[in-house]
Amino acid sequence: MPNITFLNPDGSRQTFDIAEGVSVMQGAVANGVGGIVGECGGNAMCATCHVYVDGSQVASFPPMSADEDALLDGTASDRKPNSRLSCQIRVTEAVGGLVVELPERQI
Amino acid sequence: MTEANPLVIVGAGHAGFQLALALRQNHYDGSIKLVNNEPYAPYQRPPLSKAYLKGDGNLAPLVFRPKAFFSEQRIELIPAKAEAIDRGKKKIRLSAGAELQYGHLVLAVGARNRELRSPHEEGCIHYIRTLAETACLKERLLSARHVTVEGTGFIGLEFASAGRRKGLIVDVIELGQRLMERAVTPEISQFFLRRHERSGVNFHFGTEVAGIERGGGDGRYTIALAQGKKIETDLVVAGIGVNPNTELAASAGLVVNGGILVDQNLSTSDANISAIGDCVVFPTPYATKPVRIESVQNATDQARCLAARLVGKGAPYRSLPWFWSDQGSDKLQIVGLTHDVDRTVLRGSPETGSFSVFCYAGDRLLGIESVNWPADHVVGREILERGGSVDPKAAADPDFVLKTLLE
Repeated sequence: MPNITFLNPDGSRQTFDIAEGVSVMQGAVANGVGGIVGECGGNAMCATCHVYVDGSQVASFPPMSADEDALLDGTASDRKPNSRLSCQIRVTEAVGGLVVELPERQI
Repeated sequence: MTEANPLVIVGAGHAGFQLALALRQNHYDGSIKLVNNEPYAPYQRPPLSKAYLKGDGNLAPLVFRPKAFFSEQRIELIPAKAEAIDRGKKKIRLSAGAELQYGHLVLAVGARNRELRSPHEEGCIHYIRTLAETACLKERLLSARHVTVEGTGFIGLEFASAGRRKGLIVDVIELGQRLMERAVTPEISQFFLRRHERSGVNFHFGTEVAGIERGGGDGRYTIALAQGKKIETDLVVAGIGVNPNTELAASAGLVVNGGILVDQNLSTSDANISAIGDCVVFPTPYATKPVRIESVQNATDQARCLAARLVGKGAPYRSLPWFWSDQGSDKLQIVGLTHDVDRTVLRGSPETGSFSVFCYAGDRLLGIESVNWPADHVVGREILERGGSVDPKAAADPDFVLKTLLE
């Protein structure tokens, strides 16, 4: 299973093996990553699973949808060029080793 | 709260679960007992009418957290129904006959389906509120060719579009004259009517089910409509709204008025008992009268607000309400409470499939309904949260970038 590392705002790191096919948000919530809320259940409606993707990896992802782009304008913590909604990132072999940084706030 | 006087939460839906979670996130160290009358681990409801009905039936994506989470976080799940509250002794009685002492009690008891009252045979009417109901419907859909939906709320219409995607014939019955009448303006109703009709849904307005009988062969049912028409169908899904679960509160003498009445701190008329979620009527800065709201946003925001109070960081509940519905490929998002709307401004064109309706009372912006235009929704949320408005003339210009109002 691909592993994904979550960098918490307090500097701590958590790394988990996450099954292919689920979203990064679902993988985070299932492993109890407190900094991801995922309130709408992955429907790209709430922007509470905001992450900053490691800069060298962001370009290798499929481009974001217009919905995701719009929602990122409404995140609780500032949007940055490497902002994504983790419910829109599917876990595949290709994202193995991904490092995502969690914002200060989701709500 | 000590082990002998735990914090007891009745109901493990979005509100109850979120409260337990938020308490631990707020470093609440006392004992938490979560009374769950569902036969499953606490799970999310919105995916039931969406991904779950379409998917392979796997329950893992539905549960809020895996089992280990509850023991790690010392959230004790108690599988039972709460039957009665003894406020004097600060105890609740559970379905198994056991009693549970509480230091503070939280009612997150939700709502239940309004049931179809017309005569019908057992088993032909389905609901989409609980996982058990939806699992049963999912099974029956495997052999269905024709489905009938009563009610045009979010759930009924989400199911209707899911049915068309599966290639089923879908008839929808609505007592009123337009779709989602209690929730949206006529502009939105009209748009979704055209979309659903184009996808092949048959609508019957101004009528209701008068009776359902077995017949028509192949184990099918015949529905008689009040105005005489008959429909042959394999199953009926009723989405005609819900009633709040107030019996437990009312029988304990708490004030109930269209829901369990709470103040701005989400306290009931007994200071030792709070209530949150779909079951409560509460004051809000966004309406002139206390309201009851059925939504994930309201359930979880109230849970977080109450958790803060229970750890001594209380502030009145003032969250801005917002809602969403996915119907076919269309995304409807609503922010604000728009019941008192007396004037609407259309932004963009329904013909393009992407537009918003700005709802005003006089010049004051009450809320925004957006179809396939998430930017308006997101920015609108921010504007309304700040207590701002949008000049109706500016709103009407689709080229006006709403975001500039936040700068």
